[in-house]
Amino acid sequence: MAHSDDLTRRTLLKGAAGATALAGLGMPAIVKAQSDVIRIGHLTPITGFLGPLGEFAQMGVQLAAEEINAAGGVLGRKVELVMEDSVNPQTASAKAERLIERDKVAMIIGEISSASALAIGQVANRTKTVFINTGANSDALRGESCNPFMFHIEAANSMMVRSVGTYLKDENMIQGKKWYSLTADYAFGHDLFKVAKKFVSDNGGEFIGEELVPTDATDFSPYLLKIRQAQPDVVASNLAGNQITNFIKQYAEYGLQFPITGFGFDTAVAWGAGQGNFSGIWPLIWHHMVDTPSSRKYVEAFTKKYGKPPENQSWGDYNSLKIVAQSFDELKSPDPQKLAEHLRKGAKFDILKNREGYFRPYDNQMVQEMYAVRAKEPEKMANQWDIYEPLGAVPGANDDLEVLAPPKDGTCKIQA
Amino acid sequence: MAFVFILEQVLNGLLVGAYYLLIALGLSLIFSLGGIVNLAHGAFYAVGAYLAVTLAPRIGFAGAFVASPILVALLGVTVERLFFRRFYRSDPILSLLLTFGLAMIIEQSLRMIFGAAPLPFSIPPALRGQVFVGDFIYPRYRLIIFGVALAAVTATWFLVYRTAFGRVVRAGVQNPDMVGALGISLQPYMTAIAAIGIGLAGLAGVLLAPISGVHPAMGAEILTAAFVVVVIGGLGSFWGVIAAAALVGVVRGLTIYFFPPAGEASMYLLMALVLLLRPRGLLGERIQKFE
Repeated sequence: MAHSDDLTRRTLLKGAAGATALAGLGMPAIVKAQSDVIRIGHLTPITGFLGPLGEFAQMGVQLAAEEINAAGGVLGRKVELVMEDSVNPQTASAKAERLIERDKVAMIIGEISSASALAIGQVANRTKTVFINTGANSDALRGESCNPFMFHIEAANSMMVRSVGTYLKDENMIQGKKWYSLTADYAFGHDLFKVAKKFVSDNGGEFIGEELVPTDATDFSPYLLKIRQAQPDVVASNLAGNQITNFIKQYAEYGLQFPITGFGFDTAVAWGAGQGNFSGIWPLIWHHMVDTPSSRKYVEAFTKKYGKPPENQSWGDYNSLKIVAQSFDELKSPDPQKLAEHLRKGAKFDILKNREGYFRPYDNQMVQEMYAVRAKEPEKMANQWDIYEPLGAVPGANDDLEVLAPPKDGTCKIQA
Repeated sequence: MAFVFILEQVLNGLLVGAYYLLIALGLSLIFSLGGIVNLAHGAFYAVGAYLAVTLAPRIGFAGAFVASPILVALLGVTVERLFFRRFYRSDPILSLLLTFGLAMIIEQSLRMIFGAAPLPFSIPPALRGQVFVGDFIYPRYRLIIFGVALAAVTATWFLVYRTAFGRVVRAGVQNPDMVGALGISLQPYMTAIAAIGIGLAGLAGVLLAPISGVHPAMGAEILTAAFVVVVIGGLGSFWGVIAAAALVGVVRGLTIYFFPPAGEASMYLLMALVLLLRPRGLLGERIQKFE
């Protein structure tokens, strides 16, 4: 009995000592954190079918934080990231609240899913905290769902459509051509297809097939047979995430020769397709071959840190944090209200492109250059990252940047 | 003309059935012979695919095709000895929780080792190309998958129904105590069954890696479909799984032909219908411990 009694007491003592040690370590860390770091919340899907992109988002934002801190931080304080997996709209909303209320973040960066971005945007608006959306494309976020605290560095669907559309027109792939489209059967896909269909119809093309594809489909063969029967001139993808990887792999497997294009795209899903599978012309908000001094420097730093080039998703999160850091420095304060006002006043930022970008006050959309790329012949690929060649930037150097942005149709009421 | 297109979808559906059969066969085996609801089946499938991607550049696709199912089967042996063994006689909910946890651990490990982004992998050049029968198109690689699935089914059938090994296993399913009373230890048999079942998941992973995205969640993606096939086929029924896989392939193809948004939903509707008419599945047997 005495023996076991002794054990209990000893265990208890150890526990108490451990708790004291933990408290001793933990307490000052938190006090310190509140006084001389600026916390930034990062919230994006890390698991699920958008997970591959979320991982690039985290890599981008971490690189930005490192560079900012190496250069002395913001207002003399270090930037500290609080990163979370947003999972789904409900979780995203709850985690956004927790980041703001408990972790006292100065603002939030992230998201890829349009549904989750909407949820975070609502929290941002209610708590008057800036949220920069780095990956959600739905036009509705810039339309009826817009709010003064939600900013979009990511392009809207209509911007993606117009950029690739410019090149498709040049290649004579729209006027009088028969189109067949596969669309991801959820909010993003529907929104994208609506914009794409309007663009193609306005430019004299015609849809002879419009299929909705459930997001859990992994085998595309029945769709491929239908495409083959329909004999279209162009096959268009409005698919999302891993769907695109599966689709282009099986399109190559069935040996279909109709030219492919797509209106939504991320480089990671094409890198993941494998040799000889990727084809077509695709739009991108940025790619690692954009040839400007700041872009080259970023690609070099990213490749050195992670052993692979950055893709478009890491671009958004990297630049968002840089924009916020620069704004806080200029404002000499990390005040969220002032940040929102500053961004809405048209401050210009180097976003690794030829021309600087700015958030337009109508809907908080970043107005910027866009790109399109064409898949390379397999024989010409130097390595697994070298899968496409750039087709150039839109709008042209002398055109107004805003021609790509969603139409100001009055659905967004921020300014009213 | 429409009839020809429908016929083409039906034939293609049978080919796709081989795809479903490959992912469901191992699951059905462990389910009906071990009574384990293996929610980690998809994760083993993913491990098979990742092994293929890792091994193929070193030992070629043919080498990976042989090596990765064996390695996954060895993993299966470990999992059986450490975990499954303790749950054959307990409430199925326990093995369900166990394998659910395993699935999450494996998926997360793949993410930590290989990253979340899909890894590039293609059909080896020698197996590319299409075969045309009249105007119908069949990718050569799908025909190979079909052949391998047939071979795997035949070998499994032979093992379970035509060997002394299979007789013991089948007796163990019906009455483990009687098998024990006859002086036969069931444990090595169950280890072998787990190795084969999980090895089949690895085989499916290698074969499907060239035509679907190789990413950590790829297992979760196919798991539900695999379960649907097993449930439609019926517990304990070998032929049931085959019939169900073919049926799911054809029904899904026809649904996509007529009404694509319901493409994936069609297999769930089919399952609901089958369960309404035949609660034990198409060819399900009456097994004491599942009643």
